[in-house]
Amino acid sequence: MTTERARISLSVAPAYTGSELLAVMSARLLKDGQTVFAGVGIPLLAAILAQKTHAPGLTILFEGGVIGPFVEAGKLPPSTNEQRCSRRANMLVSITEVLLLLQRGYVDVGFMGGAQIDRFGNLNSSFIGDAENPKIRLPGTGGGNDIASLADMIVAMKHEKRRFVEKVDFITSPGFLDGGDTRAQAGLPAGGMFRVVTDLGILGFEAESRAMTVLALHPGVSAADIKANTGFELPVPDDVEVTPAPTPNELAILRELDPEQLYTA
Amino acid sequence: MSIPSYLDLRQKTRARDRSLRDKVMSLEEAAALVADGDSLAIGGCTASRTPMAMIWALIRAGKRDLEVSRSIVSTEGDLLYASGVSRHIITSWFSQGIVWGVSKVMRAYTESKRARFEEWSHMAMGLRYRAGAMGVPFMPMRSMLGSGVLDRTEGAKTMECPFTGETLLLVPALNPEVAIIHVQRCDAYGNAQIDGLTFMDIDMAMAANKVILTTERIVSNEQIRRHPDQTKIGFFTVDAVVEVPFGCAPHECYGLYEPFYTHMDLYAQMTARDADTGAKAYLDRFYHEPKNWADYLSRIGMAELLDAQRRGSGIYDD
Repeated sequence: MTTERARISLSVAPAYTGSELLAVMSARLLKDGQTVFAGVGIPLLAAILAQKTHAPGLTILFEGGVIGPFVEAGKLPPSTNEQRCSRRANMLVSITEVLLLLQRGYVDVGFMGGAQIDRFGNLNSSFIGDAENPKIRLPGTGGGNDIASLADMIVAMKHEKRRFVEKVDFITSPGFLDGGDTRAQAGLPAGGMFRVVTDLGILGFEAESRAMTVLALHPGVSAADIKANTGFELPVPDDVEVTPAPTPNELAILRELDPEQLYTA
Repeated sequence: MSIPSYLDLRQKTRARDRSLRDKVMSLEEAAALVADGDSLAIGGCTASRTPMAMIWALIRAGKRDLEVSRSIVSTEGDLLYASGVSRHIITSWFSQGIVWGVSKVMRAYTESKRARFEEWSHMAMGLRYRAGAMGVPFMPMRSMLGSGVLDRTEGAKTMECPFTGETLLLVPALNPEVAIIHVQRCDAYGNAQIDGLTFMDIDMAMAANKVILTTERIVSNEQIRRHPDQTKIGFFTVDAVVEVPFGCAPHECYGLYEPFYTHMDLYAQMTARDADTGAKAYLDRFYHEPKNWADYLSRIGMAELLDAQRRGSGIYDD
């Protein structure tokens, strides 16, 4: 029903939800021919959207042990471990084997959502508050730690001050740790944060310091908006790019994929 | 956290009757093979191929203090906490599923410290079972380093690689006392065929000191021998076989039924208002009151069962 309304409004101006914006902007970062290890939610949607637009040769891996599926529109899986993930896959393997592909170096991009991130791209999905006495016990790493430890990462998440913090309460999935070369020193010589896609813009990381920086703003978003929604000093270059708005085609594909708005509400 | 002595591990295996023999029994008889305090590994992942009927039987039998491990834990983890069967779950991710949000029951039990959720990375869980399956005390790996997850685990160690000088993480073997695994079909001896995703089940079966298989159907040994390449878990690791149709309900069993989504929504609603009373009401209605497994399925409802089966069998359709 919501979908109907959205479709009608399309003929006037392309209206979209924050989640749809996230899915479109992160899909555009994926390149044809790449191998992407995708988590559930926006990453899964964005990877399928990329596959159906500019990257038909994208190979998607799911944590459940799935290599190269074509997930069916309207039948999105509730996690990356149910049979819907395996639709028309090239190969099914065990969870351990698919995760070991990350370690062996077969994965170009790791792609997941995030609950809390800091200026060095460390992600927390384990505890809000002190780990010993947490305010909220979150579900934990799953494969997130493995993906973030072993691949170049794209993270898609809502841009809110409480989510973009100076230091995460707990490092579930490592970014650049304390910045500089601390990640490599900890025993993680490969991978690291590549992009963070939010509903306000696209962020990257400075080559030396490894601190987060703004690469582009979405249409209608100002430098002041993104700073006001970030809990740490976030540099915005004067000549920062503006991303092209989601196209009607991209939105139509997304809405066909997720008619029940499981992940795009 | 201690790693079992290698010779003890071998001795336990040698002491088992590993012959080709009929191991078919009831859920209640199989539950009697699990002792209070045992370490218990659960097959499947999230809402997929969860051996729910065996978990149901363990809860009904009033087991206590099982140290539970699984790759990813969903609603069954809530129910193991709420029933008192386990106060310690070792896994990589614990909640009903991302579309239902963070589990209220998991939160209530862990935040009040009534129960422990020991978090390892998903690959660490897999390599811990693999080390157990290989009969070695640990496996080296390259994730978890530098993270808070590593700081809070017991038993993982870093080492300087003797070949390259790199920093590696060593994760300790998991050799569960009992593994419970659900499969689409097996014979009376425990030769099991698994369709679709195998998760960590094959390593888990090899690592455990005892394996209880529940199965949608028991088939003949002749049928198994026609396709030995399809046998994923061998009879020599298996100690019990229980035939339980819809044995994963309300979770899915690949190719046969998808998750029972309406029932999963009901569970989320029942536990959202108040985790403790909601979980208790759910346990009473679906775990303690049913006369048998068929009665449990009846309480979930025929309409839901048919819907889950229709969606599940569609995976092979064009």
